Amino acid sequence: MLEVKALSTYFYQDEAVVKAVEGVSLSVASGETLGVVGESGSGKSTLALSLMRLIYPPGKIVSGEVVFNGQDLMKLTEQEMIKIRGAKISMIFQDPFTSLNPVFTVGDQIAEAIELHQGLSRKQAWNKAIEMLEIVKIKDPGVRIKDYPHQFSGGMRQRVMIAMALGCRPEVLIADEPTTALDVTIQAEILKLLKELQKELKLSIIYITHNFGIIREVCERVIVMYKGRKVEEGRVQEVLENPKEDYTKSLINSLRALRDRS
Amino acid sequence: MRKFFFKRLLQLIPLLIGISLISFFVMHLAPGDPTALFIDPNVDPQELARVRANWGLDQPIYIQYFKWLGNAIKLDFGRSYMTGQPVIGEIAERLPNTLILMISSYILTLLICIPVGVYSAVKKGGWFDNTFTVLSFAGMSIPTFWVGLMLMLLFAVQLDWLPATGNLILPLITMTIGSLAGLTRYQRAAMLEVLNQDFIRTARAKGLPERVVIFKHALRNALIPIVTIMGLSLPDLFGGAFIIETIFAWPGMGRLGVQAIFSRNYPLIMGIVMFSALLIVLGNLFADIGYALVDPRIRYEKK
Amino acid sequence: MTNNKLQMTNVGIFIILIMVFAAIFAPLIAPYDPSEIVEDNTLPPSMKHLFGTDDLGRDIFSRSLYGARISLTVGLVAVTIAVLIGTLFGALAGYYGGIIDSTIMRSVDVMLAFPSIFLILAIQVMLTPNIYNVMIVIGLTSWMGVARLVRGEFLRIRELQYVEAARAIGCSNFRIIFRHILPNATAPIIVAATLGMAGAILTESALSFLGLGVQPPMPSWGNMLMDSQAYMRDAPWMAIIPGILILLAVLSLYFVGEGLRERLDVRG
Repeated sequence: MLEVKALSTYFYQDEAVVKAVEGVSLSVASGETLGVVGESGSGKSTLALSLMRLIYPPGKIVSGEVVFNGQDLMKLTEQEMIKIRGAKISMIFQDPFTSLNPVFTVGDQIAEAIELHQGLSRKQAWNKAIEMLEIVKIKDPGVRIKDYPHQFSGGMRQRVMIAMALGCRPEVLIADEPTTALDVTIQAEILKLLKELQKELKLSIIYITHNFGIIREVCERVIVMYKGRKVEEGRVQEVLENPKEDYTKSLINSLRALRDRS
Repeated sequence: MRKFFFKRLLQLIPLLIGISLISFFVMHLAPGDPTALFIDPNVDPQELARVRANWGLDQPIYIQYFKWLGNAIKLDFGRSYMTGQPVIGEIAERLPNTLILMISSYILTLLICIPVGVYSAVKKGGWFDNTFTVLSFAGMSIPTFWVGLMLMLLFAVQLDWLPATGNLILPLITMTIGSLAGLTRYQRAAMLEVLNQDFIRTARAKGLPERVVIFKHALRNALIPIVTIMGLSLPDLFGGAFIIETIFAWPGMGRLGVQAIFSRNYPLIMGIVMFSALLIVLGNLFADIGYALVDPRIRYEKK
Repeated sequence: MTNNKLQMTNVGIFIILIMVFAAIFAPLIAPYDPSEIVEDNTLPPSMKHLFGTDDLGRDIFSRSLYGARISLTVGLVAVTIAVLIGTLFGALAGYYGGIIDSTIMRSVDVMLAFPSIFLILAIQVMLTPNIYNVMIVIGLTSWMGVARLVRGEFLRIRELQYVEAARAIGCSNFRIIFRHILPNATAPIIVAATLGMAGAILTESALSFLGLGVQPPMPSWGNMLMDSQAYMRDAPWMAIIPGILILLAVLSLYFVGEGLRERLDVRG
């Protein structure tokens, strides 16, 4: 359903060119969860942003195709791309504390995309937003919808982000390390929520993280990234049991080491 | 909210007292006798002593201060040495003129600096940005009084389009140019900072058109610091008023103050200092309140 | 640094250097004596008199050169005073905290609530204005910004680990302040000093313009502007030129200050 072919994104800084993403290909089927794992600097976040064409100067998507439902997103105009973002492909980000606009209520922020993409009236969109808050399991959605982001805890803010991203029932959700900034217990809750939502809404998820443990819990397939390139790929079980690359081995080992120590 | 307001109002008092203390003692450290103003010092010493007693100048300084303070609380700032009229009356007469000048300048400044600052930030590095950056720097470097002189030279002397004195336009333009430069840069910096925030990325990821991202999501946040900055620029604005009113003979409190200083008219000087300080401090208070109104993070508690 | 910024800074450095050069070598460069009446007319700029002559017939170019001396010196000395006072207070407030901090910061607040021009004018009226008290008064009324800045730096650096380490090996407070913290706070102070000098030049010119700064016949760009007021119709160059010079001096200092800010990586 979503197929990426040889995507490359470079950053041009003064004299140097940083090849953040180099020739990466991947595919995600409907309802599937694909993991993208790698250390910081491996290019995984840039890859995610490139899929949505959210790369701005000095960055540039240099080559590649992103075929979504038969259409190459790289060939669309910005006007057409806007209709895809938030509506067909959504993204949630790592830091819930800075990713929500502090001066608008969460209701405004959730309803905004719904109003825009689905052509609903303010009131209808608002009601849908309340529904979304319920779906992400926020108590008293009718009351809390009028609150501002700073009035929520980190975990709840992330739920709001999820509500915001899923409001228009997109087909693909790109999750860029959504739990990295949260406590471990909250992390587990968010992961559980995402799994449930995936089943309910028949969502495909691209899950980006540096943590193989999460990959193991949530994903069916995984790709491993290192310095902008894809170095390994496969079903999660297989990769964990038989990692082909040394790098993958060291990633898995560090996970095991942490686990054994605790 | 109300608590916040009153707490701040209360903090005003020690501040004002501090200001009055400094001003009073600085005034009275002056060599030279103010009585020289209204009576020939060569006159009969008894007469001199009588005049001094009349004006309370024979008392030790700290007694004079407390007398002044006691009266000041009742808004009685004594009488002008020059005219013998109550100081408060003289100030009240001129204050509206200064306020007109300052408020119009404020509004004009806001109307210009926000669009220019925002556009410079959005089109960073473009010709508009570069041009206005240089202009802002130039604007900050020009002595305000010289701008006034040049405007006067151009419009009043050479072109004869506007009267040199008594008219609001030239002083208004001079004052506005003074504040515009710095504020435009602040607005630009604020906007740039906001544009770098994560929630802007989130807004774009939601599929919002760029126009909405900038004018709704970014701008709303970028306007917050402006409120505070404008409050902070009040003392400078006042300082500018003193000089500008003098050059253009604008009948405001500033011009009165400069005249009072030159004539060592202590009661009048004290009155004007206190009023200026009060206005500045009130201005800051309103800026704080404005800030709280504009930023929901201040207004609402965490749950 | 972006190319544009770099160019700007270089232009600033260039102009300031020229001015400093002109100020230092004024007696050698000036074609005429600044107080000498060399013409019996007020002449516009020409080859003989680059900036023209003033109402008394003195050469404005020569006066401007000597004026550069005055303005730059006043700026420098005033800002030095301001920086010394401000650094002292800011360091004490930031390092010791508590009541020392509150007292100092309250005083800063009080002084900032004044329209400082007013205070300066008042003081100058009382004294007999001359170049020396101008420098001191400006210095005494512009230390507040530096104090806040230094305090902020001290608060920040105080918490860093090498300060803990220094304390752990038994350094005295004095030593910690001067040898450990202060050297690391110099970058913002330098930037503030550059910008402060620009401000001091502006203030001096305003004071001299009102007659409460540098007294004639000693030429200051400010008092030259004061003299020019009555002759705006007939000799506009008298009013235009000193203003441009002030503008250039201050502008260059701002450019240099901004450049330093980027180079030394200073925030705020």
